[in-house]
Amino acid sequence: MAADGDDIPKLSHPLEIPKLKCGAMEGLQPFIAAPEHQEKLGFPGELVPNWKEVALAKMAELAEKNRAFQVYLDACVKCGACTDKCHYFLGTGDPKNMPVARQDLLRSVYRRYFTFAGKYFPSLVGARDLTEEVLQEWYSYYHQCSECRRCSVFCPYGIDTAEITMAAREIMDAVGMGQKYSNEIIGKVKDVGNNLGLNPKALAATLEDLEEEIEDDTGISVRLPLDEKGADILLVTPSADFFAEPHIDGLIGYAKVFHEAGVSWTLSSYASEAANFGLFIGSYENMREIALRIRKAAEDLGVKRIIFGECGHAWRVAYSFLNTLAGPFDFLDPKYPVPQHILEFTWNEIQKGTLKFDKSQNDHIKLTYHDSCNVARASRMGDEPGGQFEIPRNVIKAVCNYYYDMDRSTTHESTLCCGGGGGLLTDDLMELRKKGASPRMTALQEVTEEHGVTHMAAICAICKTQFSKVMPAYGYDMDSIVSVHQLVSNAIILTGQDGDDDDSEDETEAA
Amino acid sequence: MSAYSVNGQTVEHDEEGYITNLSDWSKDLAEVIAKEENIDMTEEHWAVVNFLREYYDEYQIAPAVRVLIKAIKKSMGPEVGNNKYMYELFPYGPAKQACKIAGLPKPTGCV
Repeated sequence: MAADGDDIPKLSHPLEIPKLKCGAMEGLQPFIAAPEHQEKLGFPGELVPNWKEVALAKMAELAEKNRAFQVYLDACVKCGACTDKCHYFLGTGDPKNMPVARQDLLRSVYRRYFTFAGKYFPSLVGARDLTEEVLQEWYSYYHQCSECRRCSVFCPYGIDTAEITMAAREIMDAVGMGQKYSNEIIGKVKDVGNNLGLNPKALAATLEDLEEEIEDDTGISVRLPLDEKGADILLVTPSADFFAEPHIDGLIGYAKVFHEAGVSWTLSSYASEAANFGLFIGSYENMREIALRIRKAAEDLGVKRIIFGECGHAWRVAYSFLNTLAGPFDFLDPKYPVPQHILEFTWNEIQKGTLKFDKSQNDHIKLTYHDSCNVARASRMGDEPGGQFEIPRNVIKAVCNYYYDMDRSTTHESTLCCGGGGGLLTDDLMELRKKGASPRMTALQEVTEEHGVTHMAAICAICKTQFSKVMPAYGYDMDSIVSVHQLVSNAIILTGQDGDDDDSEDETEAA
Repeated sequence: MSAYSVNGQTVEHDEEGYITNLSDWSKDLAEVIAKEENIDMTEEHWAVVNFLREYYDEYQIAPAVRVLIKAIKKSMGPEVGNNKYMYELFPYGPAKQACKIAGLPKPTGCV
């Protein structure tokens, strides 16, 4: 196997179908969760002796509880529409990374134990026994799917392939074979309140430091409040926004927007995480526990609104599931959507004309935009269909002069995963991450050649980290990935700041 | 579980090379970990490692990358205290690789 993705493919087109490389990614497995990580989540610490019975019982339970899951297992006719839609297949050539083949690793076992034909004529219907090898294969290939759901867009039966991966991971957790990266992180949220393990004292110190930085840069005092009771808005954002680059510049952007909009807002040290890895491992209980922290923080702080920062799957969980997981939110102000996305907030303010920009502050770069999978295919923004595509682009265009879209077959609902989503943003999968990014990187290279694009903006913490790590392998600097609110932060003119002149011609363009 | 060997002692680390018992750390161990990472420790590396340990002592977590950079800029000047140079010192990133050498837990999450 290639060390650290040395043999990343050179594609002539983002969606070029690779030559098959059977077994290319066989045996690639992320680290297994330690017993203490497993048990904190309510899973067995290690592989249980009767794992086969437990796995089949779990599969039966899932099929019975979740009718959609059973339909997904039964409905596939192997039409092949999904085969070339996965970035991991395009990047690795491993046929088991074709979505249909990956799903069949589970489906073949389901057929063997739960269908008439599979029980009596297994070889005729491609049914197979659940063996130790099958379990290892599941662990390998269900951790080579980022649950991005691009293949689902092309499935004529509407099979939500991510649900199959989530179910497989749920079954593996149930037998004591969880993934270290995701499960350790969920444990940290339970203990400390965020993926990073950032305690309240450290969070407060970081925010103070950022306040100083903004004041040094602009001469204006902009606050990043923490645990302030009675604030109107609770901002829930990925903890990477407190730690990593370029995420932290996005956080500075949110703070400047709130400041200029004149609203009162606060972060919470108890719910200091927007991400919800419960989704990635298919665990409703863990997803709910994490979501309930947000509800508790909103109640304790007495806020009227909840706004989410730039985080892809967090917005899916928030937009699609928050109400059922942790609602009803009848204690919030009904005038505002529950929850709201920071981009909806910023775009509203731009339309109202409350924000002033000097777009030339972004003239040193030429931008494109990467639609994050969970925002693009599992949520919406604003009041119009497709708002999740238009609002981020509208905001970028309001603050940047040079913007170019990538090939349409790789954007909007057809967007490609960054290569690190769904619980795969871990160093032990770096080879997969680099190869899986190749379709997106090829699309980026196209707009670089055509329009001189230098930077790509994103609204997902995972995308940002993933790209900052893999872009150097494709000839870009690690800071070629930027937060959308970083661009807002660059261009915004704060009231009272040098350059803030009401007579100036640089008044907001979007009023 | 594998282990580093330093001055005749063994120090356990996890699958990724982070030591499991933080109190096992010593300057000699840092040199050993750095060697495994193909890094020759210079005065600049040590400035980063020492700051990380001081920060961790106070906050029980590693600092944000820009907090680290700001501190190094203050102590060693802007030629060293910038993002690019940090990656020259620690090619796998000042957050993760430097934490490993400094004997701190790995930063987790979307970072």
